[in-house]
Amino acid sequence: MVGFLLLILIFIATLPLYARSYDVRVLTLILIYVVLAVSWAMFSGTTGYMSLAPAAFVGLGVYTMALLQETLPFPVIIVIGSLISFAFALLVGLVTLRLRGIYFTIFTFGLVVFLTELVQYLETRIFLGHGWNITPIDNATLLYTMLVLVVVTVLVIYFIRRSRYGLALLSIGGNEEAAEHMGINTTMTKVLSFAVSSTFMGAAGVVLAPSLIYINTTIAFSLFYSFMPILMAIFGGMAHLSGPIIGAVIFGYLERTLRSELFSYFMLGFGVILVLVILFLPNGIIGLVPTLQSKLGRLMAKLRKGEQGEQHANT
Amino acid sequence: MVERIPQLLIVGIFQGGIYGLLAMGLSLQYGVCRVLNITHGEFVMLGAVLTFTFSQLGINPLLAPVIIGPLLFAIGFLLQATLFRSLKARASSPAAFEGNALLAAFGVMYIFQYIARITWGGRLMPSYYLADLVSFLGMEFTLNQPVSFAIALALGVAVYLFLSRSRMGRAIRATAEDPGTAGLMGVNTHMILAFTFGLGALLAGVAGTLLSVKTSVSTTLGFPNTVIALIVVTLGGLGSVPGSFVAGIIIGIVSRLVAGFWEPILTVPVYYAILMILLLVRPTGILGKK
Repeated sequence: MVGFLLLILIFIATLPLYARSYDVRVLTLILIYVVLAVSWAMFSGTTGYMSLAPAAFVGLGVYTMALLQETLPFPVIIVIGSLISFAFALLVGLVTLRLRGIYFTIFTFGLVVFLTELVQYLETRIFLGHGWNITPIDNATLLYTMLVLVVVTVLVIYFIRRSRYGLALLSIGGNEEAAEHMGINTTMTKVLSFAVSSTFMGAAGVVLAPSLIYINTTIAFSLFYSFMPILMAIFGGMAHLSGPIIGAVIFGYLERTLRSELFSYFMLGFGVILVLVILFLPNGIIGLVPTLQSKLGRLMAKLRKGEQGEQHANT
Repeated sequence: MVERIPQLLIVGIFQGGIYGLLAMGLSLQYGVCRVLNITHGEFVMLGAVLTFTFSQLGINPLLAPVIIGPLLFAIGFLLQATLFRSLKARASSPAAFEGNALLAAFGVMYIFQYIARITWGGRLMPSYYLADLVSFLGMEFTLNQPVSFAIALALGVAVYLFLSRSRMGRAIRATAEDPGTAGLMGVNTHMILAFTFGLGALLAGVAGTLLSVKTSVSTTLGFPNTVIALIVVTLGGLGSVPGSFVAGIIIGIVSRLVAGFWEPILTVPVYYAILMILLLVRPTGILGKK
């Protein structure tokens, strides 16, 4: 398994050497979606508190890049973008996560609009204008940065899932009252993990900015960056870490290649897919794996041993 | 400066009536069907855009709800009867159902939005009606403002009376409080849920019509209205119909005051500040229970 992953990493890392510049950018974007989907699933998938706010943190990251691009080196901006997202998520979490999940969702829903308007206002006041041009950064650098970010994100989330902390999150999702009675400080656990997941989204936003070239509040805080990670995570399935990754790769690729004229039709299609997945595949593609495995197992047994095998399979 | 306050207040109340109508539907849908219908704004958008389309065909905007109302009611009815009902059947717990319903509504929101975008495009549709100015007590309004408010108020009162006095209203309230027992008492809960959801959709559509009478509309106005509806509903108390109306008026007044004395663009941030304070102090809302 690890060897396979290493192979993929090497493949991605060497891509800029022989692939077209466009493909490199598509891959970078897919990696950004991976980070977003995995971070979203880390909190909303486990605790059941549906956050509709990824776009807010992405936007914060984008704007951090826009404001600091001339003054600070790229890695530093990424760190700052992460910290700003972290702080903001902490604030939102402290206000809303003490209450029932529905209030949290309501709050995160409009958060994007809130930030869009607030930032627009500040833009007019402080900078007397809207919109920013971002100096493009070379594609290979962006890809490698995202690669590092993806690895960091996945590792951190992997270890969180395996820790007591991760179990706490799952138990909150299962039955919050029971978790509280077990001695878990549910509020702090929720707030901190929400903040951590948002940190990665902010970082992804910073890396996203240079490929957008021109940004304003509508572009930076586009609701698209809330919808897509959720779709990807749900489709891929949140039981396993690889679920959102698979979803992100599939839909990231689809989105990039189909983006052109038929965009509205594809968004329509994605909406339909989301509804269908919620209805029929609530555990996503990953959820199908156990079912497929057992069916395949029985089929293999039957083929291999004929009647005897079937008897075995039926016990 | 200060002389403008009465004007702003009254315009705010007029605006708030529409917000109240907007929120009432959502409040009903959550209170009874336990679905946080974030598609709500899209119903508003459909109401507004369809009204405009009809007005282009020569139909009086204020009569448009006669056609749009039942249409949106039917869509809402079907949505609950098919999608949310199956989700409920498959859900492992009420909390899981709410989460799934929310995500499904998220998907439906995109479906409606993009169907509308494909059909009508994203352009701004200049719609207005009854824009003649009226003078009253030294203040000027466009005629459509008090008229919209009157319609919103009338509908609000009608819904309230329906819920509190009529037999079906009682069935609805029973289902909201305890669906299991209501079912045992002979209430056809599936029908009630679908009906309520459709009613919420209808109210949203009428709110859309009223909006289109005063401002230009487009296929993108769904989402901002969902945000406002959610804020108003939370402020008024989830599930409380009178609460939504009161909260709507408050938000309407706030919006006019902020736009008048400060910056129009800061209205949503101000709502959020109010929401944050509310959530810290009294999360159940002004007239909320539990």
